[in-house]
Amino acid sequence: MASKIKVKAKLSGDVAEIKSLMLHPMETGSRKDADTGELVPAHHITQLTVTNNDKTVMVANLSTAVSKNPYFGFSFSGAKAGDTLKVSWVDNKGATDELETVLK
Amino acid sequence: MDVGRRLLLRGGAALAVLAALPRAVLAAVWPEKAFAATEADAAMSALFGATEAAPSDQITLKVPEIAENGAVVPVTISTTLENVESISIVVENNPRPLAASFEIPAGTLPNVSSRIKMGETSDVVAVVKTQGGIYSATKQVKVTIGGCGG
Repeated sequence: MASKIKVKAKLSGDVAEIKSLMLHPMETGSRKDADTGELVPAHHITQLTVTNNDKTVMVANLSTAVSKNPYFGFSFSGAKAGDTLKVSWVDNKGATDELETVLK
Repeated sequence: MDVGRRLLLRGGAALAVLAALPRAVLAAVWPEKAFAATEADAAMSALFGATEAAPSDQITLKVPEIAENGAVVPVTISTTLENVESISIVVENNPRPLAASFEIPAGTLPNVSSRIKMGETSDVVAVVKTQGGIYSATKQVKVTIGGCGG
């Protein structure tokens, strides 16, 4: 399956500014299905990990309170063109998604 | 022959257990207790082992004054504090106050932004843990339409 993560990386000097967007319903577990009236079970990303050339640059632990189709922005130093940036997540049902991109 | 097959099966099972291990270790890192807490103080103590955070003007918390849609509230936190270990977002009036916790490894700038859900008007607290202690900045966000289903 094609990755449903989008990453925009901007290098200025050795600092990489990362903006990433991923597709995920981020169900709270307290929302009712409009048709059946039953609670929709919680379904959310628990952990987002970003590595640059295998060095971890961000670990985000998330709850259901993060908006649907989550957005994250952050920056890290020590980056250079040609580095391999990998963004991956795992959710509370064990599903995963990942995306690799090369900094330029 | 049969014994050999048993051995093979057992070996396979052991391998499967080994393969599953790193996953289990990784999942354990997710602070389940802190996220399950229904009070901000309980979430804080589960996450940091302390409920006190010193207010700091070296933390910049950017949130809208009024959020028309509680389902999508942009939050940006940055700080000039040094040796930052983690940045967390706590929404005091949410059913589960801890929204997200970002671990900041050395080299990563203490500056994160995301979008969160808010059930109702509430104080939003940025909690920054450094090697030296726990600091916070608080701002109220007025929510017109809640974003936690229901």
